[in-house]
Amino acid sequence: MFGFFQRQGQAVFATFARLGRASFFLWHSLIGIFSLIKRPLLLIQQLHYVGVRSLSIILVSGLFVGMVLGLQGYTILVNFGVTESLGVMVSLTLVRELGPVLTAILFAGRAGSALAAEIGLMKSTEQLSAMEMMAVNPLHRIIAPRLLAGIISVPLLTLIFNAVGFLGGHVVVVSLLGVDVGSYWGTADSVDFYNDVMNGIIKSMVFGFVVTWIAVFEGYDTAPTAEGVSRATTRTVVNGALATLGLDFILTALMFS
Amino acid sequence: MKPANSEQLVEIKDLCFYRGERAIFDHINMSIPRGKITAIMGPSGTGKTTLLRLIGGQIIPEQGEVWVDGEHIGELSHKGLYQLRKRMGILFQSGALLTDLNVFDNVAFPLREHSDLPDALIKTLVHMKLQSVGLRGAVKLMPSELSGGMARRVALARAIALDPMILLYDEPFTGQDPISFGVLARLIRSLNDALQLTSVIVSHDVQETCEIADYLYIIANGKVVGQGTPEELYQSDSPWVQQFLKAKPDGPVPFHYPAPDYAEDLI
Ligand SMILES: Nc1ncnc2c1ncn2[C@@H]1O[C@H](COP(=O)(O)OP(=O)(O)OP(=O)(O)O)[C@@H](O)[C@H]1O
Ligand SMILES: [Mg+2]
Repeated sequence: MFGFFQRQGQAVFATFARLGRASFFLWHSLIGIFSLIKRPLLLIQQLHYVGVRSLSIILVSGLFVGMVLGLQGYTILVNFGVTESLGVMVSLTLVRELGPVLTAILFAGRAGSALAAEIGLMKSTEQLSAMEMMAVNPLHRIIAPRLLAGIISVPLLTLIFNAVGFLGGHVVVVSLLGVDVGSYWGTADSVDFYNDVMNGIIKSMVFGFVVTWIAVFEGYDTAPTAEGVSRATTRTVVNGALATLGLDFILTALMFS
Repeated sequence: MKPANSEQLVEIKDLCFYRGERAIFDHINMSIPRGKITAIMGPSGTGKTTLLRLIGGQIIPEQGEVWVDGEHIGELSHKGLYQLRKRMGILFQSGALLTDLNVFDNVAFPLREHSDLPDALIKTLVHMKLQSVGLRGAVKLMPSELSGGMARRVALARAIALDPMILLYDEPFTGQDPISFGVLARLIRSLNDALQLTSVIVSHDVQETCEIADYLYIIANGKVVGQGTPEELYQSDSPWVQQFLKAKPDGPVPFHYPAPDYAEDLI
């Protein structure tokens, strides 16, 4: 009985200790971002690894999600004879929810896991230690450019996801099902729509920040063994996806209520 | 800060360090003279690597003080510690090369991080350092294409890139064949004398280490069990020292990690 409470207590304590480490880690990495002004090359390199290399999965996923939305939407709306609202439906679904959320989850799986594994391996092969001994702060040199690259990439990838998704919808709705082009595209000029776009961008900025933070922290905080690295990558994807979905609910409640 | 001691570069005073319940160091005192090669020997798992990390300030002892060139490691600010580390070179047991950079960029890494030297000069310096470890031909290789011994030598070239005042070697001789051992031993000696470095070698290769060290410490069970010049130690009648130098299985130095009674574990 006592053992049970002791274990729970230890687990709670460990969680708080980890949160503390994560905040300390974040603070110093954010400071490191300022030192990137003098070395933009480090950032550009990471933008390539983190952002550009995620492009293909984002393009393909966005296209299919848009096509499915168009198809599903058509089968529902055709019963009510309002297929001219398909454009609104597809664009709002993408911009408000699916774009930011799916991009963040795909990003956690594609780039987040790679970041966690890379940093975890650098730790377990003493590369981070060696850097510290060479008077180079790994939080500034290694973590900061990756964190910033993630923060920049995710909103941009989200915009691309949305655009491609809308085109995917066009392919199905206009080209295959023969809905009028004008009604599909003629939705984007309401004031509300621009609000929605802004809200979607804010969401994706929050998701990008949190998912990348989780990835680099899991890598940095891993136990320096093969098992530790594999656990870090798994946790990055699982925690990244859960954090995205949880935050999405909170942000949606704040934005649309 | 206190005035830098002109004779001793590193001083370790009454140091205690624990891993869990186990005392890795139990009130040890050591001093490492300037300009000399000091070797620290001890059986595997006694805490030799830990000692180097304590000198480099990567871990801070529970009790006792580590002084390097007049600075108290435990009380330095982050900035002060980093300033001090720029003057320290450390050769890790595994080499610890940065795996995403090739040999050239690895050796150039500290130069690029800490100086604004033009590329042409960096190139010259890197080639000089690599030449001195015999690996100038390997500039374009990636760390994954090097053998363990080669990786260690590249790491040595990197460690001397900034012309440090002290070089800490963690097991430099393991993984070296007799030829590169000879070259390496002479290199450590000539680096030490030509650049007026202070070298600390951590090792359990008795023969090799005795050949080049000016002064030796032997640690076991968290204590310094013997010290002196190699000649003095060979003359010493301390059973610890004799057992270690002559590699005898029986004696006060235990081969086993502390464990409960063997018979008890079996039943
Ligand atoms: N991170 C750690 N957590 C707990 N114990 C550790 C840790 N690192 C080292 N130890 C313990 O500290 C002791 C000393 O380790 P250290 O690596 O300094 O030994 P060493 O003398 O360098 O051995 P070797 O000659 O095999 O390299 C070991 O017995 C090990 O069990
Ligand atoms: Mg060791």
